[in-house]
Amino acid sequence: MAKKGGSKQKKMNSRVDFTPMVDMIMLLVTFFMLCTTLLKPQTMEISMPSDKEDIKDENRNQVAASKAVTILIDENNTLYYFKGKPDGGSDIPDEGKLFETSYGKDGIRKVLLAANPEAVKAVAKLKAEFATKKTSNVQEEQKVKAEYKERLNKIKSADYTPSVIIKASDGATYDNLIQVLDEMQICSIGRYVIDKFVDGDKAKIEAFKNGTAQ
Amino acid sequence: MGRFKVKKQDTFIDMTPMSDVMVLLLTFFMLTATFVKEEPVKVNTPGSVSEIKIPANNLLTIFVEKSGKVFMTMDSPDGLRKLAQAMNEAGKLSLTPEEVEVFAQAPTFGTPLNTMKGWLASDVKNELLTKSKEAGIPCDSVNNELKTWVSTAREACGESMRVAIKADKSTSYAVIKRVMDSLREIEENRYNLITSLKGVEE
Repeated sequence: MAKKGGSKQKKMNSRVDFTPMVDMIMLLVTFFMLCTTLLKPQTMEISMPSDKEDIKDENRNQVAASKAVTILIDENNTLYYFKGKPDGGSDIPDEGKLFETSYGKDGIRKVLLAANPEAVKAVAKLKAEFATKKTSNVQEEQKVKAEYKERLNKIKSADYTPSVIIKASDGATYDNLIQVLDEMQICSIGRYVIDKFVDGDKAKIEAFKNGTAQ
Repeated sequence: MGRFKVKKQDTFIDMTPMSDVMVLLLTFFMLTATFVKEEPVKVNTPGSVSEIKIPANNLLTIFVEKSGKVFMTMDSPDGLRKLAQAMNEAGKLSLTPEEVEVFAQAPTFGTPLNTMKGWLASDVKNELLTKSKEAGIPCDSVNNELKTWVSTAREACGESMRVAIKADKSTSYAVIKRVMDSLREIEENRYNLITSLKGVEE
C-alpha cells in the first residue's frame, strides 16, 4: 500500500507545470508585438519634388499659365491663396486677389479640389477600376500596384492639373508646411513647388489685413 | 468514487502545445523587432496621410530640433564608420582609428567640426548635444557644415543612400528652409520628410 502510493506520486511529478513559463512567454510576446506595431506608423515619408534651379524656372513659366494657385503660409496658422499671377493681367476672374482660408477639408482642400476637378474625377475612376483587380497572387499584385502608380502619376502630371506654388514665411511652422503638402497628395496635384517667400507676398498679406487689397 | 477521480484529472490542462506556439511567436517577434535608436531629442513629427514606408537601410537622417539645432545620424555603425573615414580623407576631420570607432557607435552626432574630438572623448554625448549651446551642425550661410557632411556621406555611401529630414512639428519654417536650401545647393533634390501616419478627414 505504501509502495503503491509512492509510485503514484512519482507519476504525478513527471508532469511539469507550464503555467509560469507560459505566463512569462505571454508577457514577452505582448512586449515584442507592441514594440513592432507601435514603431511602424512613426516612419512614414513624403517624397519631395526636385528643386533644381533650372526646373524651378520652368515652373515659374508655367505660373504664367492660367492654371496656377499660389498658397501663402503665414504665422499663427494662417493661410492665404490667390489664383494666377500676383498682379493680375489675364482674364481669370479674381486673379491675383488674396483670399484667407484655413487648413483641412473645409478650407484649402475645397479650393484645390475646385481647381482640379478633372484629376479628382480621373483618380476616382482609376480607384474604382483597380478595386476590382485585387488578387491573392503576390507577383500579380505587385504588377497591378505598379500599373496603378504609373496611371496615377500620369493623371497627376496631365495638362489639366493646376500648378501650385507653396510659399511659407519664416513665421510658419514645419507642421503647416506638411499639412499643405498633404493636401497636394489628397487633391492629386502632381505639380507643386516650394518657393521663396518674397517681400511682394508679405506686402500682399499686409494689404489684405488692412483691408486695402486691390 | 471512480467518477470523482476522472474529474480531478480533467482540471489539469496540457499546456505543451500552447507553449510551443507561444515560443514560436516569441521568436518571430524577437527576430523581426527593430528598435528605435536612441535620439538626443524627442522629435514630435507632424502627421501626414502619406503611406510610403521609409527605406530601412542606407539612410541618412537629419534631425531638426524645436530650437533649430541640427543633428545627423546614419542607420548603421558601418555607414557612420565610412562617413568618418571619408571626412578624414577629405581633411575635414583628423580622427584616430579609435575615435572613428567611437563615432561609429554613437547614436547621433551633431557638433561643429572643431569640437568633434572633444565630444567624442566625452562620456555623456547625448546630454552634451541637448544641453550645450554650441551643439548642432552649423548650416547658415557663413559656416555651412551640413553641406560638407551630406556631400561627404553621399560620396562615402553611394547613390543608393537616401536622405531624410526628421523635424519637430513646431519647428519654425526659417530653420527648415535653411536645411532645404543647403540640400538644394549640393544638388540633393530627392529627400524624404519623416512624418507619422494620420487618416484623411472626410
